[in-house]
Amino acid sequence: MPIMSIEDFSFTYASAPARSLSNINLPIQKNCITSLIGPSGCGKSTLLRSLNRMHDLYPNNEYEGKLMLLNQENDEMENILDIKKENEFIQLRQRVGMIFQKPTPFPMSIFDNVAYGLRISGIKNKTELKDRVEDALKGSALFGEVSDRMNKSAMGLSGGQQQRLCIARAVALKPELLLFDEPTSALDPISTAAIEELIVELKKDVSVAIVTHNMQQASRISDYTAFMYLGDLVEYGETEQIFLNPREKKTEDYITGRFG
Amino acid sequence: MRLLVNKIVLLLSTLSALIGLSFLAWILFTLIGKGLSSLHFSLFLNDLIDGGLRNLIVGQFIMAGIASLIGVPIGMLAGIYLQEYGSGKYVRFIRDLSDIMMSAPSIVIGAFVYAIVVVPMHGTSGIAGSIALAIMMIPIVINTTDNMLSLVPKELREAGIALGASKYRVILDIIIKAAKVGIMTGLLLAFARIIGETAPLLFTSETSNYFSVDLKEAYPSLTVSIYALANDPTSSSRDLAWAASFILTMLVLIINLLGRYITRKKG
Repeated sequence: MPIMSIEDFSFTYASAPARSLSNINLPIQKNCITSLIGPSGCGKSTLLRSLNRMHDLYPNNEYEGKLMLLNQENDEMENILDIKKENEFIQLRQRVGMIFQKPTPFPMSIFDNVAYGLRISGIKNKTELKDRVEDALKGSALFGEVSDRMNKSAMGLSGGQQQRLCIARAVALKPELLLFDEPTSALDPISTAAIEELIVELKKDVSVAIVTHNMQQASRISDYTAFMYLGDLVEYGETEQIFLNPREKKTEDYITGRFG
Repeated sequence: MRLLVNKIVLLLSTLSALIGLSFLAWILFTLIGKGLSSLHFSLFLNDLIDGGLRNLIVGQFIMAGIASLIGVPIGMLAGIYLQEYGSGKYVRFIRDLSDIMMSAPSIVIGAFVYAIVVVPMHGTSGIAGSIALAIMMIPIVINTTDNMLSLVPKELREAGIALGASKYRVILDIIIKAAKVGIMTGLLLAFARIIGETAPLLFTSETSNYFSVDLKEAYPSLTVSIYALANDPTSSSRDLAWAASFILTMLVLIINLLGRYITRKKG
């Protein structure tokens, strides 16, 4: 069952003369990891950033089609492109979290970093905040490393720790869908392995969509894979099928390293 | 041949640097020589009417302080607007305008404030002096805030938005914190800049021989008094002017060093 269903979706940047994405149809399955792969400029990040309406930060970008998100309370699909009000955006972004390529710790303590989204969403009770922060840090395999310096600045953590902190910060809000935009491309191999393990662990509670340049990463961790090229979705399927038995010539050329 | 040209250019640039530095050293040595010999602890305890500088130092700080109270919020808000909210031609226009204001001759700002504050109030006043200094300060603060905010990576803004924060919360909670050290340093340098100004005060606050807290009257100013004392033929006045110049230079130096210290410590 999909948590999100992308239907006839197209996207045009304000500064671009033509569509950057055209007529994408793609499900994001619940409690699964879906990876988006493809050469630079194929639109995979653009697609990912549409799923929490990140493009709305900048004026005059244009969405077409539908992005249907499952409302887990009544099992109905709702189009997130209908969202217009500020508080609906806040809700959307708390339901659909995002992790970026470069770790983005805020210039505040480790505790305050993880508590940031919780405070925004109106949680003021101290014990509740503390519990949620600790749970999120435990869930992100970071608690053991930082439990004795929760009030120290997050800027002092290593790159890998910072990225896990960013994951904890998003996880703390109990999102339904987490979007990862090349989360390990700025990290060393050991940190990368830790993050991959964490993402696989996370799918028990949350659905995941991940953009990656690293095809081994896609094949290691994801259940489904979508291959994109020049703004089109070329092929989508179970990861094993895409990597072992691609239907499209383009997909085969890309995963065997003939281009990209 | 290339080596020769290289050597000549090196020689010329070293010479120019030396000439520039020697003037600076000359000024400093004269200032220290003449200023130190006239410096007495009693200068800090007596007002100008009794041969001291107390009222002038306090007055200069009060005017610069009030100018900061006006200039810092306006400048910072404008800087935040330029970097975070505005876009397009309009923003470029305001930026250019602010740059032009920054290089406007300070005497012109003094004349402007004379026309809009001193004339309607029928006299020079501490308020007029503070306003003139504030007008000097605003473009500097705009420029600093604008530049420092532009150094904050856009990913940090997006990360805040992605957690459900609204734009103004992201700016207040995250962006300003991330740029805090740079902005603080800029504010200190702006303060150091206005505290040494004479021209904007010359016909707005003038100066006064007495200690004063009444900002509606001519207000004691260290810089304007230096100007007045230096023109006075008596040697005691000129000694006092040297001492005042020395104190002013040290104040500006300390504030500048403080700014650098903050940058190095946290930046």
